[in-house]
Amino acid sequence: MNLENFLILSGVIFSIGLYGALTKKHVITVLMCVELMFNAVNIAAVAMSRYIVPRSMAADPSALDTAVAIAISEGSELGETALSTLLTGQIFAVFVITVAAAEIALGLALVMAMYRNREIVDVTKINLMKG
Amino acid sequence: MLTLDLAFFSMAAVCIGASVGVVVMQDVFRAALFLVLSFLVVAGLFVLLNAEFLAVVQVLIYVGAISILIIFAIMLTRELQYSNESNRFKQPAYVLVALILTAIVFVSVSTDWRDWSELGLRVLPGDNIENLSATEQGVRDVFSDTTPIIAKLLLRDFVLPFEAASILLLAAVIGALVLLREQER
Repeated sequence: MNLENFLILSGVIFSIGLYGALTKKHVITVLMCVELMFNAVNIAAVAMSRYIVPRSMAADPSALDTAVAIAISEGSELGETALSTLLTGQIFAVFVITVAAAEIALGLALVMAMYRNREIVDVTKINLMKG
Repeated sequence: MLTLDLAFFSMAAVCIGASVGVVVMQDVFRAALFLVLSFLVVAGLFVLLNAEFLAVVQVLIYVGAISILIIFAIMLTRELQYSNESNRFKQPAYVLVALILTAIVFVSVSTDWRDWSELGLRVLPGDNIENLSATEQGVRDVFSDTTPIIAKLLLRDFVLPFEAASILLLAAVIGALVLLREQER
């Protein structure tokens, strides 16, 4: 279990989702595949935030007497800030989940509106605005 | 270490299997159930990555809310649920997706990721835990209890995106209501 494993897993799930989103006819399946892609991105973001070292901490490979390391050992403001930047990837995942929730609510509302007015759930037949 | 590896690879296998299930299932309802399984396994992966808060959010929002919405939508468009066919872009999509997957795998394997072990810090999952330095202790503390730090980050450093996200959600709710309102004739 290392970063490469997580990134490859995320890439595989993203590709499966992309394939489904490009090829499926049923509009709800397309939305589900888009959700799969969101999930893959979340896995990548969280794995990055767990494994990758921020530049401030990696300034010196012998690490333990850099300014950041001293700040952390003193428990000062700078040290706390440096440690909290480790979780930026998780913050990104929170925002991705929020946007996914908004997207699925609106997307399914569109599906229901379309089904109610024209009885269509096939994306290849949604061509009312075709010139 | 071995336990973590075992957990990771079994979860990865189930996750990929469930994702394939979403794409290949003929019955849209079953595809949605596979999607729920894949969401649950991703929550397990978040626990492996020390992101407990995200794991709970994943279960609440994806497994709890989004899949319920999807299943409702499938049931409300019920007579067409057995029509999960492909359109005519199947072959080009195969090629495109294979290219993208190759690129992703190549980049993630060949990039020299700068991770903790390169700094000599023993903070990764499964590392041994004796004689910790201050930095190692700090990083371990961050990843052993992430929720208060996420709260601090969200309401301090990321407060503007946070408010923008609430406006986005409000707009989405209003939009969905407007779309689904009964039209007066």
